[in-house]
Amino acid sequence: MNNDLYTYTLRIADDSLILGQRLSELCGHGPILEEDIALTNIALDLIGQATTLFEYAATVQNEGKTADDLAFLRYEHDYKNVLLVEQTNGDFGQTIVRQWLFDTFRVLFYDALQHSSDTQLAAIAEKSLKETKYHCKHSSEWVIRLGDGTEESHSRTQDALDLLWRYSDELFFMDETDQAMIAAKVGVDLAALRPIWMERIQEVVQAATLTIPTNNWKQQGGRLGKHTEHLGFLLADLQYMQRAYPGMQW
Amino acid sequence: MVTVTDIWHWLEDVSDPEVPVLSVVDLGVVRSVKLNGNAAEIVITPTYSGCPAMRVIEEDIRAKLAENGISDLTVTTVLSPAWTTDWLSENGRKKLKEYGIAPPEHEVDKSVLFATPTVVPCPLCNSRNTKMVSQFGSTACKAHYQCNDCLEPFDYFKCLR
Repeated sequence: MNNDLYTYTLRIADDSLILGQRLSELCGHGPILEEDIALTNIALDLIGQATTLFEYAATVQNEGKTADDLAFLRYEHDYKNVLLVEQTNGDFGQTIVRQWLFDTFRVLFYDALQHSSDTQLAAIAEKSLKETKYHCKHSSEWVIRLGDGTEESHSRTQDALDLLWRYSDELFFMDETDQAMIAAKVGVDLAALRPIWMERIQEVVQAATLTIPTNNWKQQGGRLGKHTEHLGFLLADLQYMQRAYPGMQW
Repeated sequence: MVTVTDIWHWLEDVSDPEVPVLSVVDLGVVRSVKLNGNAAEIVITPTYSGCPAMRVIEEDIRAKLAENGISDLTVTTVLSPAWTTDWLSENGRKKLKEYGIAPPEHEVDKSVLFATPTVVPCPLCNSRNTKMVSQFGSTACKAHYQCNDCLEPFDYFKCLR
């Protein structure tokens, strides 16, 4: 098996799955009906993307596992998602800021990945990019609406940005896996995306009358399987049925 | 003797489970049909990654072909080239409107932040004085609109390119 390709694919898949799971927690609990529907639609897109990515990871792994095995039957440290996506939904401001930081990254990432020399990753990226542009427009507009809204919505959105900013660095985490994938023209050089990401973030921050935190303390670890305490609880929910009734289907 | 044309013809009776007025052919999810003796291969592509209708569509295609005596069938899903609303047939667009769903305008409402939402004529009274309620609607492929004149809420099959 190509270990680097497996890990590379899994990292993308885990970001999608975990954020999809977080958003799906809001099903029936959205602040207004339209947002309940929007957030769960986005969750559905993300879980759909995760499915094709896990199917591909399972093929690369070549141990006879299925997409479901990878999604439901790994332990916490085997998940390689960034810490940002496992953070709790908090209030609507926190949900939206988390989504916007991620969506802005994801649009740039898929845009680059669609030119990958790996035809399956390129196809998944080409497909997912179209959906992700809608997500990014949705979350960016909400950040502005909330930031430039009432005193209350402004302060809550600023709090969310202050809380989540520390996790934004990890979106650009690269290690030897990435280097190997970049060398093989499969992977994306995230360092090249960073200035464009920052520019887009600043554009929205400015329109939203928010301030980017000056505290430069950053947290990472998810890409290597070291998570915040929130992931375990999320997995307990996500994996419950498969752990309680192994192999169950409906 | 079954021909590829027969199979395409049968597929026109397989409807999208979410939008039953559309056949899978109108929708453009069937990309190709091949026939090798008695073995058929049908290539389909999802509209949206997470579209829950895809599995049902595959099952319905299998059932339809089995009904017509073809049991040796492979259904392959491809992602590239990615599905676009441009593949929706003219007939499909017409059927959508009659059903009360506004067909996709040839314009993607996502490139520019704060762009004015695409003008979508009301499928019921044809007024262009409508407003977008939400970018996300009852299914992944639809947005939610309302007509300012006849006041009816309606679904818009959003443009994906």
